[in-house]
Amino acid sequence: MDDFYRDYILDHYRNPRNFGHLEKSDAQAEDLNPLCGDQIRIELALDDGVVRDVRFSGKGCAISQASASMLTERVKGMKLADVAKLSKDAVLEDVGIGISPTRMKCAMLGLRVLRSAAIGELAGWPDEE
Amino acid sequence: MIATDGKTEQIIADFPILARPTSRGKRLVYLDSAATSQKPRAVIQALVDYYEQYNANIHRGVYEIAARATAEFERARVKLARFIGADAREVVWVRNTTEAINLVAYSWGNAHVRAGDAILLTELEHHSDLVPWQLLAERTGAQLRFIPTDDSGRYVLDDLDALLDGCKLVACAHVSNTLGTILPLETVVPRAHAAGAVVLVDGAQGAPHLPVDVKAIDADFYTFSGHKMLGPTGIGVLYGKHTLLEAMPPFFSGGDMIRKVEYAHTTFSDPPRRFEAGTSNNADAIAFGVAVDYLHEVGMPWVREHERRLTAYALERLAGFEARGLAIYGPRDPATISGVISFNLADVHAHDLASILDTEGICVRAGHHCTMPLMEKMGWAATARASFYIYNTEADIDALCDGLEKAARVFGI
Repeated sequence: MDDFYRDYILDHYRNPRNFGHLEKSDAQAEDLNPLCGDQIRIELALDDGVVRDVRFSGKGCAISQASASMLTERVKGMKLADVAKLSKDAVLEDVGIGISPTRMKCAMLGLRVLRSAAIGELAGWPDEE
Repeated sequence: MIATDGKTEQIIADFPILARPTSRGKRLVYLDSAATSQKPRAVIQALVDYYEQYNANIHRGVYEIAARATAEFERARVKLARFIGADAREVVWVRNTTEAINLVAYSWGNAHVRAGDAILLTELEHHSDLVPWQLLAERTGAQLRFIPTDDSGRYVLDDLDALLDGCKLVACAHVSNTLGTILPLETVVPRAHAAGAVVLVDGAQGAPHLPVDVKAIDADFYTFSGHKMLGPTGIGVLYGKHTLLEAMPPFFSGGDMIRKVEYAHTTFSDPPRRFEAGTSNNADAIAFGVAVDYLHEVGMPWVREHERRLTAYALERLAGFEARGLAIYGPRDPATISGVISFNLADVHAHDLASILDTEGICVRAGHHCTMPLMEKMGWAATARASFYIYNTEADIDALCDGLEKAARVFGI
């Protein structure tokens, strides 16, 4: 944990990428960690089942905000079906180093919201999709 | 560093956990006693003694160890009663403050609160002294009101009489767990009574830190938890004036709270046992008795003075970080707060701050401290909170400040 707060984490915390709202989103979700109050909302704009644009908003600790910010960079151009299957490992790879068990929830909040937006949207698609 | 009086060093030696370094080899600097306190050896030993020497169910067995368990259990009740200036029959064992408040909300509340009545709380309440009353208000059609606070977390009592008009119940924290603000009970309780309201004081942060005499306060109910005052988890006390308890129906029902049971009908025991259905938390109640013995020996006036001195020192040292963006919340006068300080360092989120402090062995709480409406009102997303108890010293506050230096360095502040 001593070296968790690396420059790029603090950079994403203080200068979050893709932060804000889309004028028109095709899929969205939001959630919070009730114990610590971290909040994340993610909005996706889709083009033929592919993430064309993404925005996130929210507030919370450096870990939750930086990992959400990095996720938004990762998902642009991804197929929605692949976004729904993104794993914990993807987030851990982005943040680069180990996270203590007590802070895992913070790191995974963005992923949870993103997947829930993707899965929610996919559920509404007709079966032949 | 300020020299302490030597008493604290003796106290520290009684707490085994404080001698254990963290996994990073750091001294444990425990500044989260408002969440739960550490336990002295005597309390831990009382638990071991119970299970090793006389574990038996109480109030029924006729054999020797059952008689001893019953006697120790009831002796603990007497100790708790003496500790708060009550009569033993006014001390009901519960799991914790939350259960005590729920007991009153259901048993007393359902019987007395009607549509159109008002229930007066304060804006500083912990969720445990807010949610049960929200549910009672929903059940009965009663209305919730709040004693407001100003921007620094001080109570504003200007409109107290208007707020009390039509009030059936006042439920208020003796001490705020987020800001440490001490409620001026000497003002609130008499005026509540004059308005015809019953007063429940949530003493979760009061009983551990301030001398408490329920008769002098004239509280109708006073609730507190063992684990915040050197005792084990899972045991707490509901104090209620005997006349009130006597008229209240049971909350939980079952064994050990009855006088006579027929298939169709039951007559209940007198208080306090009417409210203690099922096998009680025997060992923890007995160990809670040992915890208040310990506090009595240390002396509650000493506890208050020790914490006041530490709080003054901490406020003074923390003020040195204000130029770098440290925000200190709550009243800044150590005479009006208990040993609790909430703060944030510049744009460092409280959880990140707590994580960095943790690497130095420093335990602080970060978050909303179960006071989400207060955080919302004040516009704080989360705060870090340091809270003090009898085993803390100026050296712990110095360690906290060193930790803040580290956090400032990591975040480039």
